[in-house]
Amino acid sequence: MSFNVENIRNQFPILSQEIDGNPLVYLDSAATTQKPQTVIDAIVSYYTESNSNVHRGAHYLADKATRLYEGARDTIASFINAASREEVIWTSGTTESINIVANGLAHQLVASDEIIVTEMEHHANLVTWQQACKKSGATLKVAPMNDKGELDLVAFEALLNSNTKLVAMPQVSNALGTINPLDRLIPLAKSVDALVLIDGAQGIAHGNVDVQTLGCDFYIFSGHKLFGPTGIGVLWGKKSLLETWPVWLVGGEMISEVTYQDATWGVLPNRLEAGTPNMAGAIGLGAAIEWFMALDQDAVLEYEKELIRYATERAEAFDGLTIVGQAENKVGVLSFNLDGHHPADVGFLLDKQGIAVRTGDHCAQPLMNRLGVPGTARASFSVYTTRADIDALFNGLEKVKSMLG
Amino acid sequence: MNLPSTDEILEDLAFFDSWEERYKYIIDLGNTLPTLAPELQTQERLVKGCQSNVWLDVDIQDGNLVFEVDSDAIIVKGLLVLVMAAFNNKTPANILAFDIDNYFKELDLERHISPTRGNGLRAIVAKITAIAKASQA
Repeated sequence: MSFNVENIRNQFPILSQEIDGNPLVYLDSAATTQKPQTVIDAIVSYYTESNSNVHRGAHYLADKATRLYEGARDTIASFINAASREEVIWTSGTTESINIVANGLAHQLVASDEIIVTEMEHHANLVTWQQACKKSGATLKVAPMNDKGELDLVAFEALLNSNTKLVAMPQVSNALGTINPLDRLIPLAKSVDALVLIDGAQGIAHGNVDVQTLGCDFYIFSGHKLFGPTGIGVLWGKKSLLETWPVWLVGGEMISEVTYQDATWGVLPNRLEAGTPNMAGAIGLGAAIEWFMALDQDAVLEYEKELIRYATERAEAFDGLTIVGQAENKVGVLSFNLDGHHPADVGFLLDKQGIAVRTGDHCAQPLMNRLGVPGTARASFSVYTTRADIDALFNGLEKVKSMLG
Repeated sequence: MNLPSTDEILEDLAFFDSWEERYKYIIDLGNTLPTLAPELQTQERLVKGCQSNVWLDVDIQDGNLVFEVDSDAIIVKGLLVLVMAAFNNKTPANILAFDIDNYFKELDLERHISPTRGNGLRAIVAKITAIAKASQA
């Protein structure tokens, strides 16, 4: 198989539009990816042909909807190589997934326990643990990174001890693009028997995630950053943990027996999925993953590596631009500032030229403080990004620079 | 603050054809706005926008509200000049009587001023209006 970016682009209807007379240059895929036609079709088709409440109806449509919905769970399980389909829990997204784990853990934490996160966390993987620690009196430790935005492995190892209850870290930093060396970090955390949660929000769309090889306990991601719809995400966890994990939401779907005074919980995966689920979202995400898996994964990785290499080369040659986050191993994200100018101004003047980037703190205020910047402009890439998009960014930046003076 | 009037601004902006010229004008306006002394850039004066900070200080002189404003983003500073043209050195009654929505519409910059853009400008207008209401009472 090979990789043809034009063929891919043609499947994304949104990319062909113009903004203020300029062709859209969408460089905000780390915030959310665009959706291929097949995903849009799957959602429309669900509502036009299959909509019904899953699991409980004794009729044709209920069976059909249940088959599609549970089929999507199978797709996820095979995509991340889960040991069983019961390990795949539907959530509304990364934030909810982390909250389920953090709330459950907060019940078990004692004051002598420690949780480790990293300096590069998104607020979703920081505030959750910080609050779990506040509730329980446990200590939150923050693994440092160097100025390039790479975790310090020696310092990481030094933080680990027999009190370390859980290590939570991102596979890929949303603000810097750093790929963390999980193949080294996870075994270190496991050597002190800590639970390991990987925030895969930014990592999942760059391919080749195998939760069993990783050796973590929880792997978490959102559908909308993986070509799927918003409002759907996944909590993958080891069955032995999820089977007894404290339930988060209670109500319908997740129970076994109910009396007026008591209730018992159902089995996985339903015990962690209270209420009518986001059926269209799950089916849309299943379609997105099938679409993504049909691409040559090695070619995708190679292509994305080339995009970040080219963008970095252009950025380094651009006078007055500082790259924020210069890790050796990066994917999908070029964060930068124009010297002497606020990122909001840069982003605004790019937007006027049809170039969509994100500016601000990227939901990582402590990280921005650590780096000593008010924020950055962030161009982020996906499988449909072209070299021409990157050229347009730097042409746009020339204009921004001349306007801001 | 020696500010252009709202009529002058509307007249100037009508003269430009391209977005580049319009925004160059706003950036130039921003550069004319004096910087708020660092000791005045306090948490209480901060009007938090999503992407950039805006500071607002107010004083009452001869029954007029006199504002000092600043932002760390230059385009927001320019937009603050547009807002100051409407509100600075006016009585609370004048401020409350001014049709700011129509003014923004005439400026034809709604795309930037719309509340979703998180530039803090709507928050500034709301704060100024609240100050005007409070000083009228």
